[in-house]
Amino acid sequence: MNIRTQVLLWGAQRISAMVLALCVVVHLVTIIYAVRNGLSAAEILGRTRGNVAWASFYVLFVAAVAVHAPIGLRAILSETLGWRGRSPDIAVLVFGVLLALWGWRAVYAVFVA
Amino acid sequence: MSTLRVRVWRGGETGRFQEFEVPRLESQTVLDVVTYIQRSLDPTLAYRFACRVGMCGSCAMTVNGKARWTCRTHVAKVADGDRLDIAPLNHLPVVKDLVADMSVFFDKWAAAKGRFQGARTRKDDFARVPPDSRRRKLVDEAIECIGCGVCYSSCDVVSWNPDYLGPAALNRAWTLYNDVRDTGQKARLAAVAGDAGCHACHTHMSCTERCPKQLSPTAGIAGLKRAVLTAALKGEL
Repeated sequence: MNIRTQVLLWGAQRISAMVLALCVVVHLVTIIYAVRNGLSAAEILGRTRGNVAWASFYVLFVAAVAVHAPIGLRAILSETLGWRGRSPDIAVLVFGVLLALWGWRAVYAVFVA
Repeated sequence: MSTLRVRVWRGGETGRFQEFEVPRLESQTVLDVVTYIQRSLDPTLAYRFACRVGMCGSCAMTVNGKARWTCRTHVAKVADGDRLDIAPLNHLPVVKDLVADMSVFFDKWAAAKGRFQGARTRKDDFARVPPDSRRRKLVDEAIECIGCGVCYSSCDVVSWNPDYLGPAALNRAWTLYNDVRDTGQKARLAAVAGDAGCHACHTHMSCTERCPKQLSPTAGIAGLKRAVLTAALKGEL
């Protein structure tokens, strides 16, 4: 991986961290609200179904996770396991794509359910 | 007179601690203790020092688990009761006993383009850099490094990633980056970027905490991160 890409990855991780800081707070507040008010699964789905604002927020949340986590994992693999070079880059790229697909699939599921 | 029980590393990469009993004195430094051992107890002990006044950066060792400049470290400040463990600096090959091989440390200064590169010749007039200019002040905050290796020896990232340039080399690059006379900035930013450069720093700040000159390599590294990212976004890297 060339130097410029390494630097841009670092930048992407910082920016995604800023997005996550906001998303996680909103996510936690939503969870606490849903649990404390005793919402049933059906009631929750009733609020998420067809809700573009809700879906947009979680599409962004998943994207930030899919960018942030693989870059961090790459550093962990390098520093903790000594796994460096092209193979871990491919592994974390696949991991990121899977995170995005799984996350967006879940968002889609509760959007159209 | 009380006595210090001092365990000193003997050997090279492999070796063992050897215990000595050293008379405890008022205002005694760790370097005084090592010198006493070599001159009075065991002349085969190898260690390195030069100025004894905190200028040359050659006497750094690991004292009770932490890297310190031994000439300015009082025993009273660091002894655990009457015990003192003295070992060579971490993260560097051991030549013998308390002498670490600093080659890698200074090779990384060179790799970080730690040499001033100007455009003027001896026929030109002096460059005038206003002392109160923003960039000159940034240089002032980082320029007093004595190259002792304490920061390098204390850095977790160096232990995890042997290619990492380390706090001292990056601090040196930061001072030159802010030197308005220097003409080698593009190559320098490329040299300090990426996985083995400033972006590998986790901001643990051990370098800043342990620096005997109270410098903050962490701040310089953060500045380099921003400068390199800006260059990368502009396509100048």
